[in-house]
Amino acid sequence: MAQVSMTVNGKAASGEVEGRTLLSSFLRDQLMLTGTHVGCDTSQCGACVVHVDGEAVKSCTMLAIEADGAEVATIEGQANADGSLNVIQQAFQDHHGLQCGFCTPGMVMSAAALLKENPKPSEQEVREYLEGNICRCTGYHNIVKAIMAASGQDVTAIAAE
Amino acid sequence: MYNFDFEKPGSVADAVAALGAEDAQALGGGQTLIPTLKQRLAQPSKLVSLKGIAEMQGVCTGDDGAICIGGATNHATVAAEAGAYPALAATAAHIGDPAVRNRGTIGGSLANNDPSACYPAAALGSGATIVTNTREIAADDYFQGMFTTALDEGEIITEVRFPVPEKANYQKFVQPASRFALVGVFVAKYADGVRVAITGASNDGVFRWAEAEATLSSNFSPDAIDGLSLSGDDMISDLHGTGDYRAHLCGVMTKRAVAAAA
Repeated sequence: MAQVSMTVNGKAASGEVEGRTLLSSFLRDQLMLTGTHVGCDTSQCGACVVHVDGEAVKSCTMLAIEADGAEVATIEGQANADGSLNVIQQAFQDHHGLQCGFCTPGMVMSAAALLKENPKPSEQEVREYLEGNICRCTGYHNIVKAIMAASGQDVTAIAAE
Repeated sequence: MYNFDFEKPGSVADAVAALGAEDAQALGGGQTLIPTLKQRLAQPSKLVSLKGIAEMQGVCTGDDGAICIGGATNHATVAAEAGAYPALAATAAHIGDPAVRNRGTIGGSLANNDPSACYPAAALGSGATIVTNTREIAADDYFQGMFTTALDEGEIITEVRFPVPEKANYQKFVQPASRFALVGVFVAKYADGVRVAITGASNDGVFRWAEAEATLSSNFSPDAIDGLSLSGDDMISDLHGTGDYRAHLCGVMTKRAVAAAA
């Protein structure tokens, strides 16, 4: 066992982990931050996306010990300081960017990473950026629409089909 | 996953020492290795992360104009910083998905030599040099079959050097679930000839299409590929496509790469 320390959503967090402990397991089972979902556990679905030092990663495909010393951001840290939904979360609600909601934490974290590096993405860029986030309910149209809306762009003509 | 010890050395020398332990295994970005461990297909005693080695990070230009990429550099960084070799940056920009590109490394990809990975095509198609802690290996000598390379036990890819061609392009026919190449073709035109490297197709892993190279070296145009064909007999046949289909795609994607080369 090894001691790891990291900053999670701005707060210091630490714990004992095995070499094989995944970051997703550490977040969910030890820090009890169960908003990060584990969908496929095979690096494909993206429900477990969190930010490590500002970059989107699949937390089921990173060892917790590799995040030692890192700044980690999860869905639990996304809301505004007063507890209200942030711009991306609110856009998902406004545009019905979810149905069952299982993929939503990963979608929101990927969207946040996209908008940080590309504040006004095209619809195509949004769709390409979500290649590693699988949603089996929505057909993606309203997710794309929500992210476009969160970027401040007019979405009236998007995803009407 | 079976459990293992973990070490994160800060220098190549310390990593080499750590890898001297019995059944120790290097860890790049883990985007293949961790899923492999989850399936209990490997049981290393110790993982040695190469991510903490500063000298293995980043992209720079060598004295001879070659693009030099540290072995532990992730795909997103190559996509963003290898602009002097646009086809290489574009190849890196379409590996996996964004989250995978933030972790996966060029050294890890080349050391694994997955028969459907993108970087082996870029390295072989560019005649890159694989630099390790002990030697320099030409790409033509490095790739030795599916998941097989010239690397010795415990040898670490510290850097990969890509000579910059006049024109190049990589065309990937994406297997949509995995985002690996069903077939991917890297074409590069150098002053002394054209190189064509194909991934995703052969049972022997990445290979050069000598016939296409000879033809394109005298006539660098998509039409030059007409009439050339590869046999599907030794090509990968799976639920995504037969060997014959992959052989067909080799020609199609080569033509597209030549047409798009810039």
